[in-house]
Amino acid sequence: MSDIADRVKKIVVEHLGVDEEKVTETASFIDDLGADSLDTVELVMAFEEEFGIEIPDDAAETIQTFGDAVKFIQGAV
Amino acid sequence: MFDLTGRNALVTGASGGIGGAVAEALHAAGATVALSGTRETPLRELAERLGGRAHVVTANLADAAAVEALPKAAAEAMGSVDILVNNAGITRDNLFMRMSDEEWAQVLEVNLTSSFRLCRGVLRGMMKARWGRIVNIGSIVGTTGNPGQGNYAAAKAGLVGMSKSLAYEVASRGITVNCVAPGFIETAMTGKLNDEQKGRILTQIPAGRMGSAQEIAAAVLYLASPEAGYVTGATLHVNGGMAMI
Repeated sequence: MSDIADRVKKIVVEHLGVDEEKVTETASFIDDLGADSLDTVELVMAFEEEFGIEIPDDAAETIQTFGDAVKFIQGAV
Repeated sequence: MFDLTGRNALVTGASGGIGGAVAEALHAAGATVALSGTRETPLRELAERLGGRAHVVTANLADAAAVEALPKAAAEAMGSVDILVNNAGITRDNLFMRMSDEEWAQVLEVNLTSSFRLCRGVLRGMMKARWGRIVNIGSIVGTTGNPGQGNYAAAKAGLVGMSKSLAYEVASRGITVNCVAPGFIETAMTGKLNDEQKGRILTQIPAGRMGSAQEIAAAVLYLASPEAGYVTGATLHVNGGMAMI
């Protein structure tokens, strides 16, 4: 697994308090990992800070799964 | 009681009577304060009177870009914004039939829209800190209405609905959002009233007097305190019994 994916996973695990094994490529933050809409906003904030990037609102809306997040961040850094 | 040591507070309209008293009360409880307003001289004077832990961050709340920049400027000066008091307000009174679009828009912009923008601007830091206090200064007329103040009453009522909605969203993050609704308080704003108007108002106040800015500040201090952590989405009316709601 790439360095970016590891760092994203760490944030997700810490923020949502879920087991690492549950954070799979297709795991949906809301449907599978128990996030509410505010959690997803906070996750995006955490990603922005971890990677020093800006994630615009319309892009943030497309980030539904762990895989989406990794893919977006890989393209942005 | 009400120890705000280590907390950083941004107070808008701090050059006015109520805003100045709010800043003084928060400061006396140990908070560091950022004083915002359009007129720099009275802000500087207040900051000097307070001594340490007081910063001046001027902003014209009718200017959207200035409003956006204000939370950042306050956070840079103090390190964070843990407490936001949206106190700044203007009036452009007129009878409904004569009220211009401009009078309506100006009052909504400064009293309601700027408060929305400032709340939005401070949320990120508060969410991360898992602690925050937002106190929006409403008005009794937001609940009762007042002839000649259709715009002002709409903005102040709007603050209540906005505060409740935001309170819902962020309650689980240790952030509370409340309103304080003053009745008739001795300030420059009510100083414009003539004696006849004042006399008529006093007959409607069970306490038999106008309130003081310090009495509003005390309500704000409570809502900003750690002790008020379970109070959110509320409107605290401070009006001498003028409207018991």
